[in-house]
Amino acid sequence: MLHSMFSNHLPTFRHGIHPPQFKDDTKDKPIRHFPFAPVMVIPLAQHIGKPSVPVVREGQEVVRGQLLARADGFVSVPQHSPASGIIKKIGRVPGITGKMVPGIYLEPFPGSSQEVMEGRPVDVETATADDIIRAIQDAGIVGLGGAAFPTHVKLKIPEGKHADTLILNGAECEPYLTTDHRVMLEQAPDIMTGLRYLLKATGAPRAIIGVESNKPDAADNLRAHIPPDLPVTVELVEVKYPQGAEKMLITALLGREVPSGGLPIDVNAVVVNVATCAEVGRLLPRGRGIQERVITITGPGVEKKGNYWIPIGTPLRYVLEQAHAAPDINRVFLGGPMMGTAVSSLDIPITKGTSGVVAFRDAEAFARQNKIYPCIHCGACVEACPLFLNPSKLGILAKFKEYHAMASEYHLMDCFECGSCTYVCPSHIPLVQYFRMSKLVLRNEKAKKIHV
Amino acid sequence: MFRKTLEIGTSPHIISGNSTDTIMRNVVYALLPVAAYAVYVFGLAALLLLITALGACLLTEYMLNRWAGNPSPLNDWSVTITGLLYGLTLPPHLPLWMVFLGGVFGVAFGKFIFGGLGYNVFNPALVGRAFIQAAFPVAITTWMTPFTADRFAHIPSSTLTLPFLEPVYDITSGATPLALMKFEHHTTDVYQLVMGMTSGSTGETSALLIVLGGLYLIARRMMDWRIPVALLGAVYILSTFFHFIDPTRYPDGLFMLFSGGLMLGAIFMATDMVASPITHAGAALYGVLIGIMVYVIRVWGGLPEGVMYAILFGNAVSPHIDNFIRPRVYGTGKKRSLS
Repeated sequence: MLHSMFSNHLPTFRHGIHPPQFKDDTKDKPIRHFPFAPVMVIPLAQHIGKPSVPVVREGQEVVRGQLLARADGFVSVPQHSPASGIIKKIGRVPGITGKMVPGIYLEPFPGSSQEVMEGRPVDVETATADDIIRAIQDAGIVGLGGAAFPTHVKLKIPEGKHADTLILNGAECEPYLTTDHRVMLEQAPDIMTGLRYLLKATGAPRAIIGVESNKPDAADNLRAHIPPDLPVTVELVEVKYPQGAEKMLITALLGREVPSGGLPIDVNAVVVNVATCAEVGRLLPRGRGIQERVITITGPGVEKKGNYWIPIGTPLRYVLEQAHAAPDINRVFLGGPMMGTAVSSLDIPITKGTSGVVAFRDAEAFARQNKIYPCIHCGACVEACPLFLNPSKLGILAKFKEYHAMASEYHLMDCFECGSCTYVCPSHIPLVQYFRMSKLVLRNEKAKKIHV
Repeated sequence: MFRKTLEIGTSPHIISGNSTDTIMRNVVYALLPVAAYAVYVFGLAALLLLITALGACLLTEYMLNRWAGNPSPLNDWSVTITGLLYGLTLPPHLPLWMVFLGGVFGVAFGKFIFGGLGYNVFNPALVGRAFIQAAFPVAITTWMTPFTADRFAHIPSSTLTLPFLEPVYDITSGATPLALMKFEHHTTDVYQLVMGMTSGSTGETSALLIVLGGLYLIARRMMDWRIPVALLGAVYILSTFFHFIDPTRYPDGLFMLFSGGLMLGAIFMATDMVASPITHAGAALYGVLIGIMVYVIRVWGGLPEGVMYAILFGNAVSPHIDNFIRPRVYGTGKKRSLS
C-alpha cells in the first residue's frame, strides 16, 4: 500500500515473468458460433470432484440443454446435452490425459433447430444464497478459466468465515488466449447480472473486477455497464504472468496474502473468473444448463484464428478442421502455453475447462529441444517465482529424490505449477515437471500410508 | 486429414530465450577487451600466457570429461571464462609451465572433482591461482614493468623457462601499487590506476575496461550488480573511514578501489553465479563480507593483496548464506506490506 503512494505503478504482485503476448491475432475477433460436430463426446468428469452419473440411456432422444448426467454429491456438477440428438453410446470416451474415461457419445440431429430447453428461472431478488448456490450447481457451472473447479463450492462460505470482497478475474494473463477479453467486451450485461447472483450467494458487500492493463477497452466497457445500484469497481492490474492466479490477483487488488495451504476465503475473498460470472448471468435467469463455452482457437497452425462459441463435447479434430488448421500441425494444446496441456490425440473433446486450442506446425516447434545444462545458480527462477520459493534448490533436491525435504523445508506443496521458473531457466531444466513428479510421489506415499 | 501422432510435452510450452551458453559466451565477450589491453600493455609475454592458460583449462576440461563419459563439455563456454580469468590474474611473465600446471589444477580440483559446471564450490580460476601462489610464491609476486619498448619483439626469458627450473628474469621488475603502498607507504595516482599504467597482474591493470565489461553484463542482466556494488562499497567505506582517522597509515578509498585485483575480482570473479548466493539479499551480504576480507588482508595482513583469498572465503560461505537467508515464502510467517 505504501509503495503505491510513491509510484503510479498498477496494482500487482511481486516477481513473475513477462512472456510475449501473442494475442493480437484474435483479440479483435468477435465471438462467432460454431457448427455442431457429427458426433459429440461428453466425459462425465469435466470438473474437479466426483464424476456425474448418467440419467439417460443409449438410444434415447434428448434436446439441447437437457440433463444427461446428474451431480454425485456436493463437489460434483451435472452435464447437460450440448445438442438435440440421440444418445449413441454410454461407455468410455477419450479423456484429456489420453486415457479412456467414462462418458457419453451423442449424435446431434442434422436438421434440428437446436432450440435450448429452459428450466425453472432463479429470481435473484427472491432467491436465498443457498438457492443460488444450488442453481449454479444445477446449471453445471465450473471455473471456465481452466481449473474447472465447481463454482458453487467456492461460493459456499464455510461456517465462521465471511467474504468482504468478491473478485472477478479478468486478468487473462496466459499468452494467446483472448476469450475473457471478448467476453468482457461482448457480454458485460451478463457479467453484471451474474455479479448480482454471486454477491448474494457469497454475502460479499462489494466486487472488484481485475483486468490486465493490456485490455483497457474491456475495462472501459465494463465500467460503462455497471448499474448504479451495483457495488462494483473495475481495476487495471499490471500485465504480468501469472497475474490471473487467484493468489496473485488477491495480493494485487487487496494487498493480502492467502496463507500457505489456505484458500482465498481465509483472507475474506472469493475469486471467480469473468466468463464464469457471465455464464451465471446468462443461465440462471432462464434456468438453463451450460452447453457451450467461448474458446480461442489460435496458433501458427490455424488459418481461421478467432474466438468461438463451441458446444461442449466437440472433438478437437472437428474444431481444427473447421478452423482450417494446417494438415502438418504437430503440437496442439488446450489452454494457454504456460499451463495448458499438450494433447496426444485429436479425438478428445472440448470440455468445460477448455479455454483455448493452440496449434503449432513443424516449422514452429515451439518449446525447442534445448540442451539441458546443470543449474548455474543464476537465480532467475528465484526472481520469477510468484510465491518466493527457491526452484533452484527444489530442483536439485528433486534430482536427489529428497522429496520430504522439498515439502517440509522448501514449501513444495505451495507451488501451483505456473511454470515461470521453467520459462526463465537458462539451463532449460524442466523444473515444473520435477515438481509435479515430486508432488505425485509424496501424494502416493501418503495414500499408501492411509491404506496401511 | 491431420497426422496421426502429435508431439506431447509438459507445460510450459514456451520458454524464454535465456541460455546458459549465451550467458557464458557474453562473459567471454566482456573479458576480451581486458585481455586485449593486457596484451597491449605487456606484449608477447601476456599473449603467450593467456593462450597457455586458456589451453590448459580447455584441455583439462575436455580430457577429464571425455574420461568421465560426458559429451561435449566445452560448448557451455564456462571453462573458456575460467581459462581467461585465470590467465588475467597471473603476473604477465610467469613461466608458461607454471601457468599450464595451475590451469590444470584449477579445472581438475576446482571444478571437475566437485561434479563439473554448477557444482563447484570455489571459482576454479582462483583455485588455479591459489595453487600457483602456494607452489611458486616468488614467481607470482615478481612483477614486470608495463609498456616496455620491446614488448612485442622480445619474449622475456622467464616466460620460456623450462619446466621445473627456476625462472631467470631479464626484465626490469616493477613493484605493484599495493606493494608500494604497503611496504613503502607510497600511493600511486588514481588516474594511472584507472588507465592501467602500472605494474600488476596481466588483466588487473585497466580498471576502466573491467568496469565497462561489468556494465555490459549488468545491462544484459547476466550479472548481479549487487555483488560488485556491495563489495566495492564495503572496501571504499572501510578505507575512507580509516584514512580519515590516520591518512599517513591508511590509503584512501579511491586508491584502494582501483589498485590491485579488486576490480577484476569484484566484477568478474566474485560474481561467478555458481559460487555466489542465489538471493539478492544473500548476494549483497556476500559482497560485503568479501569487501571486509579484502580490506583486512590488504591493510593488516602480511600480503599486499587479498582479493583472491577474500573471494575464496566468500565462495566457501556462499552455500551457508543461501541456507541462512531465505526469502519469506508467500503466505507464510509475518506478512510484509505488499504493493
